[in-house]
Amino acid sequence: MLRVNGINVFYGDLQVLWDITFEVKEKEILVLVGSNGAGKSTTLKTISSLLTPASGTIEFNDIRLDHLPPNKIIEQGVVHVPEGRRLFPEMSVEENLIMGSLYGEAKAKRNGTMDYVYSLFPRLKERRKQMAGTLSGGEQQMLAVGRGLMSKPKLMMFDEPSLGLSPILVQDIFGLIKKINQEGVTILLVEQNVTQTLAMCDRAYVLENGRNVLEGTGKELMANDHVREVYLGI
Amino acid sequence: MKKNHLFMIILGIFFLIFPLVIHSHYYQHLVIIIFMWVVIGSSWNLLAGYTGQVSFGHAIFFGVGAYTAGIFATKLGISAWWGMVFGGFFSMLAGLFVGWVCFRLRGPYFALATLAGGEIIRLIATNWESLTEGMVGILIIQTFKSKLSYYYIAFVLAISCIYVIHLIMKSKWGYYFVSIREDEDAASSLGINTSLYKNISLLVSSFFTGMAGAFYMNYMAFIDPEVVFSLHYVSIMAILVGIVGGVATIWGPAVGAFVMVGLQETFRSSFFGLAPKWISQAHAMAFGLLVIFVIMFLANGIVGDWSKIKRNIFRIKPSNA
Repeated sequence: MLRVNGINVFYGDLQVLWDITFEVKEKEILVLVGSNGAGKSTTLKTISSLLTPASGTIEFNDIRLDHLPPNKIIEQGVVHVPEGRRLFPEMSVEENLIMGSLYGEAKAKRNGTMDYVYSLFPRLKERRKQMAGTLSGGEQQMLAVGRGLMSKPKLMMFDEPSLGLSPILVQDIFGLIKKINQEGVTILLVEQNVTQTLAMCDRAYVLENGRNVLEGTGKELMANDHVREVYLGI
Repeated sequence: MKKNHLFMIILGIFFLIFPLVIHSHYYQHLVIIIFMWVVIGSSWNLLAGYTGQVSFGHAIFFGVGAYTAGIFATKLGISAWWGMVFGGFFSMLAGLFVGWVCFRLRGPYFALATLAGGEIIRLIATNWESLTEGMVGILIIQTFKSKLSYYYIAFVLAISCIYVIHLIMKSKWGYYFVSIREDEDAASSLGINTSLYKNISLLVSSFFTGMAGAFYMNYMAFIDPEVVFSLHYVSIMAILVGIVGGVATIWGPAVGAFVMVGLQETFRSSFFGLAPKWISQAHAMAFGLLVIFVIMFLANGIVGDWSKIKRNIFRIKPSNA
């Protein structure tokens, strides 16, 4: 479904991704794990076209994404739920959700999708007139997920959705991602929370220093000596 | 809501009959200048307050508007009033160029680029003597003897500027502008063509500022580069009007224009002749103190923090608390 072929990405002169290649298959949950600075977020930003690869290609259902401007990516059915939520703090919850459904089919079905999002997150419905900036961390993350869903995505990319949330909320968010996946949305998840994500995913890739070092199913990686030593501390 | 409408109608009627009751040319002049600053401040606020692209170069658009009117009158011999239309139009062209160059930068870098742009165009206007007459400036003959016509033209310009910005901010463009201010990357990830909407905001802003500049040419009948492209009399004043009145509020710049022009004039006239003459030199210091006060205590400006002012100064409890 999404095919990333040997992308090299630079911040100025500094190369941060080296020849990253991976594939996301339809309806699966794929995880990119790695420590700080491994290039996970950079990979997602490149797929969203916020960064342009110096070389390599990104294809989504045989359409090249790497030459599209960032505002066209969402029309292809790819949505990015960015790190640190990146909401519009001085807009209300409802306005934030509307901003997720500006074009095409998503706009036509806006009301229906909004009801669906409110059914997933009743808390958001209670607070729909409240400024997004006044929500708690967990609620903000729910809103970020909801805003992503509003675009009726085929592929949803999550950048560290567990960041800054309490362990119980982390479980809620992961359970929710699983639920969204079961309803037919493909998931690309970036996480530092290795134990929990490997347990829930179909397949995973391990990034280190901007390079792709390992791949396998969640179970395989859980059993891998390198992963156990470096990420799980066993 | 009803109360607000009533208040606005009373205010409107007040300004409609003001020059018919107050015959002093001095006070009429002051209100005309205030109206002009309402236009410039509101335009600046659209770009900086709502869209988050803080401009330190609104003198570019003001000056281009003024010079368009002046050059049309002196070189082509058509009435400088055509400059009201063409001044806005040429300011938009300047805006397109500024956007093309400066929107590659974000945040403080954008602000610095517009600051540089304002200085560059001032130097161009000073040195391109065959077109602009350089430091000699442009002098035209005023169309009207009485201030009444200018008063009502400025009034209509100010009202229409506020109304257009109000309409824009209620439309979906308004939401796009605010989303760009709040988070440009997130906005573009959600499918908003951020460079297009930043440019639209800049164009509307430059159009009205250019109209204000052309009006200034017609009204004052004399311009030179040091006045209309001035960093502190135009660009910085536009920012102060916005900040003091209230950034990202519809009426903020209007209130800010009253306060700033009023303060400027109070000092210039040495508190209307009541204070010793030397105090007129202190107006820059008064501006500085006012800005410090506003930033420390009224970060959202007079309009933005109105409820806070009511609470703390008038000791009025909010009715729906």
